[in-house]
Amino acid sequence: MRARTRRLFTFGIAALLVAAAALLAFFALRENANLFYTPQILAEKGLPEAGREVKVGGWVEPGSLSYTDSGTTLVFTVIDNSPHTIRVGFTGVAPDLFREGQGVVATGSFNPDGSFTARQLLAKHDENYQPRELKPLEAGG
Amino acid sequence: MIEAGHFAAFLALALSLAQGVFGLRGERRLAGMTAIAAFGLMVFSFLTLINAFVTSDFSVALVASNSHTLKPMAYKIAGAWGNHEGSMALWCLVTLGFGAAAAGLMRTERPLFEARALGIQGLLSLGALAYLLFASSPYLRLDPAPFQGAGLNPLLQDPALALHPPMLYLGYVGYSFVFALAAAGLMESRIDRVWAKEARIWSLAAFAPLTLGIALGSYWAYYELGWGGWWFWDPVENASLMPWLIGAALLHSVLVTEKREGFAAWTALLAVLAFLFSILGAFLVRSGVLTSVHAFAVDPERGTLLLMGLLVYGGFALGLFALRAPKLEGGKPWTLLSREGALMTNNVVLIVAALTVLLGTLFPLIAEAFGRTISVGEPYFNLTFVPILALVLVLLPIVQGWAWGRADVKGWLRWAMGGAGLVAVFALLGVSPMRISLGAAFGFALGTWLVFGSLWELKRRAIRMDRMFRLPRRVWAMTLAHLGIGLFVIGAVAETTGRYESTLALAEGGSGSVAGWVLTLNEVRAIEGPNWYADRAVLTARKGRQNATLEPMKRFYPAAMMPTTETAIHKTGTGDLYAALGEARDVDGETRWVFRVYYNPLVDVLYLGVVLIGLGAMLAMWPGRPSVKRAEAGA
Repeated sequence: MRARTRRLFTFGIAALLVAAAALLAFFALRENANLFYTPQILAEKGLPEAGREVKVGGWVEPGSLSYTDSGTTLVFTVIDNSPHTIRVGFTGVAPDLFREGQGVVATGSFNPDGSFTARQLLAKHDENYQPRELKPLEAGG
Repeated sequence: MIEAGHFAAFLALALSLAQGVFGLRGERRLAGMTAIAAFGLMVFSFLTLINAFVTSDFSVALVASNSHTLKPMAYKIAGAWGNHEGSMALWCLVTLGFGAAAAGLMRTERPLFEARALGIQGLLSLGALAYLLFASSPYLRLDPAPFQGAGLNPLLQDPALALHPPMLYLGYVGYSFVFALAAAGLMESRIDRVWAKEARIWSLAAFAPLTLGIALGSYWAYYELGWGGWWFWDPVENASLMPWLIGAALLHSVLVTEKREGFAAWTALLAVLAFLFSILGAFLVRSGVLTSVHAFAVDPERGTLLLMGLLVYGGFALGLFALRAPKLEGGKPWTLLSREGALMTNNVVLIVAALTVLLGTLFPLIAEAFGRTISVGEPYFNLTFVPILALVLVLLPIVQGWAWGRADVKGWLRWAMGGAGLVAVFALLGVSPMRISLGAAFGFALGTWLVFGSLWELKRRAIRMDRMFRLPRRVWAMTLAHLGIGLFVIGAVAETTGRYESTLALAEGGSGSVAGWVLTLNEVRAIEGPNWYADRAVLTARKGRQNATLEPMKRFYPAAMMPTTETAIHKTGTGDLYAALGEARDVDGETRWVFRVYYNPLVDVLYLGVVLIGLGAMLAMWPGRPSVKRAEAGA
């Protein structure tokens, strides 16, 4: 094959693949980039479309933690510096540093009644680590 | 003692500068000698640091904040690199180590080229050492010294994680010398056979430990975090995956440069990018710009410095590339259906895959710049990265035996039909009687196809079974690596699509089940270790005639005021029965312990696959025996 044709081939294949990947990535990002909600943001924006995976962050309200489903499910209230709250349910083992009064980021989806079912919980990892999304909350008060 | 180490590091800094000057002026012998001397000094310096940890010298600030007298000895030593400053000292040690090794081992018979490569490596060492000494010094003293240290982050007190940073750094930093070789080659516009021979060995020297380092980190996350999974698409994990993908592309592209003198510019570009992505990885991990589930002490200021380093190195190397790439030769002619064509496809796909990972990792940052807080998780990567790689893996068994220049395509067509048949059988089997999803069935078919394909290729090259062990090591290396990918795919598909998980809240004597196993909680006992105390649950697990005892623990480390989860894993032969202990919950006046239990099929197959890839890379580093040169040339 002549060098010119070869280069054409190479570029053609590469361009095709890159375009396909870009298209894939575009749709995947549009569908799967998780939006972040605090109680205040939820009050401002309203519920996202049903079943869409999002994140919820804030502080675990002291005294709000209880268990259901014979102890396998945690239910607690997430608060921020606004008067609004979000009820969160999570079936599973809470992270080691999950506490009332501590910061938490939950990944999951909202139910039609405005409560949130979490698939995963992240708590503050150690003194040096703070979920990034919570930093503005802390600065606020 | 530590002052001597501090001083030695400064001397190493000065010698690295000298190495850079000598090297760029073309003085091969002097550059080599300074490289070896600088490495010797850094070894000494690193030993003083380890000594401070071993003797629990709390007057050293780093020891005081990361160690504790009650910590087991192995973790005192590992504590030396289990923190930012210490790990940067390790980074310097490895950079200088590669320089010294290269000074002794390079065999290109091109003194000017070798000198320049050493010179550039010296400048890379200089940058690393300057960063260590002026921005993250591990040598500082505390006055007054505290009586006790704060302890190493308990999550890191683990054998896999003690070895994970050195392995990963051997990989990341190994690419520094590949970078130096590329820059030196570009300086004289000579990216040819001799260059490729040298570059290939050093790329493998970085790729093998990088592979094993990633595997260790993943295995640690699997059993220590208690989440059952082995890959979370976390930015920190992606940071190591990107250099790995580029490194894999480089290993394939450099073959064309070595055997056919083709792809010269492309190979040089990949050689530069592999190291730039390693630094980008360090930046993402250390700067705290991205949310990670892993604990790292982060510091935005250090991030800025790393970013500057990235810009300087990147600017230099890419500028050099832009100047010299047009002068590089094109190599021997080839058609699309040839080994060159196959390797080109491999490269394009691997790079596109790396770019999708980069996009997914950086997208939250880009969105944040536009005032939106979002995150990108597993679903994104499953939709982009996974199908893109699956595409190239389907082709692998067909094209891996293609000849250089122009392949005999007809023979391979039959082969491909066999593969298509295999996929069809699996898909039918999977979807109807075994009730697995179409995606899973395709995954298993792909994994099996890769395993058979690699073994078949070995047999085809050997022609007769008894000649198999006389094949060149490279053929074996390729077989091992491709076989490893097949096993990895099978394990990964089995684990992600066939995993059972359940949450149990058990009172003592209570039981629950997962995947046919019935687990009964016998008791929860308080126990004590050297620097922790714990609640340990004793679970008996039964399934038919099989039974096992699982003892998951929840530890508390008083020095760090931190709990950790110690999972219990029972190997059933076909998978892992896995239990993690959660907290005690007060339910209806009775104390119940929460467990997260999983059945993870074929996890060991997955890790065996990754280890085989690493072993393949190690095997490929040894040159083939001269007596089989002809067989290799004909293959």
